[in-house]
Amino acid sequence: MYTTVIGLEVHVQLATKSKLFCGCSTAYGAEPNTQTCPVCIGMPGSLPVMNEEAVALAIETGLALNLQIAGFTKWDRKQYFYPDLPKGYQISQYDLPITHDGWLEIEDPKGAFEPKKVRILRAHLEEDAGKSLHDEAAGKGDTLIDLNRTGTPLLEIVSEPDLRSAAEAKAYLTELRLLLTYLGVSDCNMQEGSLRVDANVNLHIPSDDPDAKDGKIATPIVEIKNMNSFRAVERAIEYEAERQHREWKETGRRLGQSPKQTRGWDDAAGVTRAQRSKEESSDYRYFPDPDLAPVAITAAEVDKVRERLIELPAAIRQRLVADYGLSLYDADVIVNQGRPTVDYYLTVADQSGDNKLAANWLTQDVLRTLKSQEIGIEQFAIPADRLAGFVKKVSAGDLPSSRAREVFDAMLDSGADADAAMESLGITQVDDSEIDALCQELLAANPKVVADVQGGKQQAIGALIGQAKKKNPNIDPGKFRQTCLELIAKG
Amino acid sequence: MTLVESSAAELLGQLGAGETSSREITQACLDRTESHDAQVGAFLRVDADAALAQADAIDKRRAAGETLGPLAGLPVAVKDLLCQQGEPTTCASRMLENFRPPYDSTVVAKLREADAVLLGRTNMDEFAMGGSTENSAFQPTRNPWDLKRSPGGSSGGAAACVAAGMAPLSIGTDTGGSIRQPSAFCGVVGMKPTYGRVSRFGLVAFASSLDQVGPIAGSVTDTALLLDAIAGHCERDSTSLDVAKPNYLQDIDKPLDGLRLGVVTEHFGKGLDPEVESAVRAAIAAYEGQGAEIVELSLPHSKHAVATYYVIAPCEASSNLARYDGAHYGYRTEERAMLAQLQADRKAAQEAGDEQALDDIDTALVRMYRQSRSEAIGPEVKRRIMLGAYALSAGYYDAYYLKALKVRRLIRQDFDQAFEKVDLIIGPTTAAPAPELGQFDNDPLGMYLLDLYTVSANLAGLPAMSLPCGQSKSGLPIGLQLHAPPLEEARLLRAARMFEQSGAWETKRCEL
Repeated sequence: MYTTVIGLEVHVQLATKSKLFCGCSTAYGAEPNTQTCPVCIGMPGSLPVMNEEAVALAIETGLALNLQIAGFTKWDRKQYFYPDLPKGYQISQYDLPITHDGWLEIEDPKGAFEPKKVRILRAHLEEDAGKSLHDEAAGKGDTLIDLNRTGTPLLEIVSEPDLRSAAEAKAYLTELRLLLTYLGVSDCNMQEGSLRVDANVNLHIPSDDPDAKDGKIATPIVEIKNMNSFRAVERAIEYEAERQHREWKETGRRLGQSPKQTRGWDDAAGVTRAQRSKEESSDYRYFPDPDLAPVAITAAEVDKVRERLIELPAAIRQRLVADYGLSLYDADVIVNQGRPTVDYYLTVADQSGDNKLAANWLTQDVLRTLKSQEIGIEQFAIPADRLAGFVKKVSAGDLPSSRAREVFDAMLDSGADADAAMESLGITQVDDSEIDALCQELLAANPKVVADVQGGKQQAIGALIGQAKKKNPNIDPGKFRQTCLELIAKG
Repeated sequence: MTLVESSAAELLGQLGAGETSSREITQACLDRTESHDAQVGAFLRVDADAALAQADAIDKRRAAGETLGPLAGLPVAVKDLLCQQGEPTTCASRMLENFRPPYDSTVVAKLREADAVLLGRTNMDEFAMGGSTENSAFQPTRNPWDLKRSPGGSSGGAAACVAAGMAPLSIGTDTGGSIRQPSAFCGVVGMKPTYGRVSRFGLVAFASSLDQVGPIAGSVTDTALLLDAIAGHCERDSTSLDVAKPNYLQDIDKPLDGLRLGVVTEHFGKGLDPEVESAVRAAIAAYEGQGAEIVELSLPHSKHAVATYYVIAPCEASSNLARYDGAHYGYRTEERAMLAQLQADRKAAQEAGDEQALDDIDTALVRMYRQSRSEAIGPEVKRRIMLGAYALSAGYYDAYYLKALKVRRLIRQDFDQAFEKVDLIIGPTTAAPAPELGQFDNDPLGMYLLDLYTVSANLAGLPAMSLPCGQSKSGLPIGLQLHAPPLEEARLLRAARMFEQSGAWETKRCEL
């Protein structure tokens, strides 16, 4: 069997208010060409001026991804002709990226793969190009250009080829997106193109060929472009691995025997397709942009950004497991919901004093409600401190767990706190003497049950629980069971 | 003395004293242009009505006792490479024949702030590439001293209009000597300031790391006056130097004490016209007469300056000019004809069964780029784009561009070391007086060598200026060049003024 080797290039739109080299807005969805100025559309005589916030966001991301921050970085021009590239070159970073050599740890709570550190080669800043809108309606072949996006700051995060499966690739992207949204450096909205992925894929096939390095033969690398969902990335990689294996069996062609190929992912057809070689045989003629001075980044500037760095998803997960005693699975579910949910959980856990129960209510009932109502935790009807009061009652046995769900629903409907909700439902505390009396009454009326329990069939008590609840709906079944068992044991 | 013979400083005095008006001065310049520019061809466009309206407005404000800018009422001609809002800014290229920028370049904005009258747009070599102003797509400019000769370039129109008395002041740009060389050929004063001293915002880029805007005028004082108005930090240009601007006029008449002048051995080698050499030597002697100490020195890497320049400048040009692709602005090939031709080519290849030819036929998009650029860009500009694209391409970058950058640093180091020993460097601006028109039609390399003495200042980012220091026997002006350390424009101007005041050479206007 072969190994799939994957490296990802992720383009992330940074959440700056203005573009990388001018003051134009980066807001999405405006009328075409309304967010442009002479600088971002490259009019003769216009000159770029660097957006310092974009540099700070790149440094912040770099720190979060364990990247080295360059003390000296510069801007380069990447030249190619395309109608949505108004200057005829893209301002990017070539040999001296702003950050380099870091890693992102990925882990699968379900254990589909071993936890691993995916190395990141570099993350560099560049400006985005515009958009070509092809209007082929009514036999026209017009192409219209929208330059609103031109000059929007992008961070291109390039991983080493450390990923070995579509699942790992997806986990990497999921973790990366989570981290970026935690930092707030990007909204990572894939529909709006804020996060775009290219994948470099090839296979290492075991072989006893004397030329095979370490007993493996590598197939030519293919770059898959234009993927706009994580699902597409997964499917494209799976498809491409099979296609390359098939092709290798047919042609035996290896890495180095044909140039790197660019393929596009056709999501509807579920296949990758070769793009015209004419369009990808590029010589970008990179050279330092003479309109922009190189950027020196001091340790003090990096420290300033470091100060605003918040706790990252991986660290929170670890804290929830180590300090809150949660399973990795629960911790993962909570952290993956985003920072507001984490904060919600921490309040509920801390105020209720029952970390596990707090996690159960959050990951099950709360999340289910959010999903069905299609809202975020910020819009959830029960504030964290109220849910904490509720969990505390359940945990202390002050609210029978059998009726907790009713109370939760009532709180959800009315926005009331746990006490008010319980009162409205007529749930009151049943004291121990009442339970005691009820047990004695029902045991006396059901000698068969007593005999069964004495014969070792403890579950026989179950038959009495329904009767008990009928007599007093506030009875806690657990407590009732326990009391009955104790009475029988005493004889 | 008529208005067109007066210096800008004199005109300012007369305006202040109420002896003349901006309208009179502007009208005199317009009349002079009207009567002589058909021969000279210095201007691409003159908007007389707009200029007179501006002049009237300034006269009115002066009459009302308002505080006016330092150039109030003085006409200034602007090289057609600097964006002026709403005005055609063609760069003397068919490519931008219909381009009207929606913004002012910083320099034009500063001229407006200084209350100058924008007289018109001067001719140039296309996109500032060339040394003779013959590479304009619209017309050649002729040297007013001898109409058979070139005014130099690329700011040939800017220098010629001052020499011919059509404007007291004009703005040029200098990438490899484009202000100083035509100033020398036309017998006027021109300065290339320190790189970053004057904003490049709105200057249509030729070679960004070398381009610098500068003043051209009839005298050193006028040059200082104009530089004072256009220099200074600009937030819209990242390469603009964030340093305070001194007042260039303040001490201009004070001679420099204990001046040490460097004379570069390499500047007096083979190829230097004997008449130019003797005029420059006489100028050096005049400085000695004023107490200057002359120090012989060497700039060992200067012999590589032209080669270095002709790698770096085309590389940047090939990139800067990529935006003229027919898609966004400027010239676009006639689409219908292009598509019809494309179809015909395809059909022919199909009928011939020539798979290879069919495969080689461009897409409509590629053909649009190619046709638009071929039709609208002139041969010299194409030549440089090709040179630059080649030098930057994979496999050649290290051998050409990177090597050139290294030599550029050595050239700068030579100057740094020289300026430890001397205050200024003095020498010729050009190896010979103005060449004849057509002389370089089949000799592009010969034209490149016109930049021999001027390119180093651009490569090193230094300020340098040219001022008249003599005339050849045939009556052609000869230029003296001074180089100073970075940001020492004031020193340069004071030293130039010393020569001007020495009486060794009286600057003359040409007869027309």
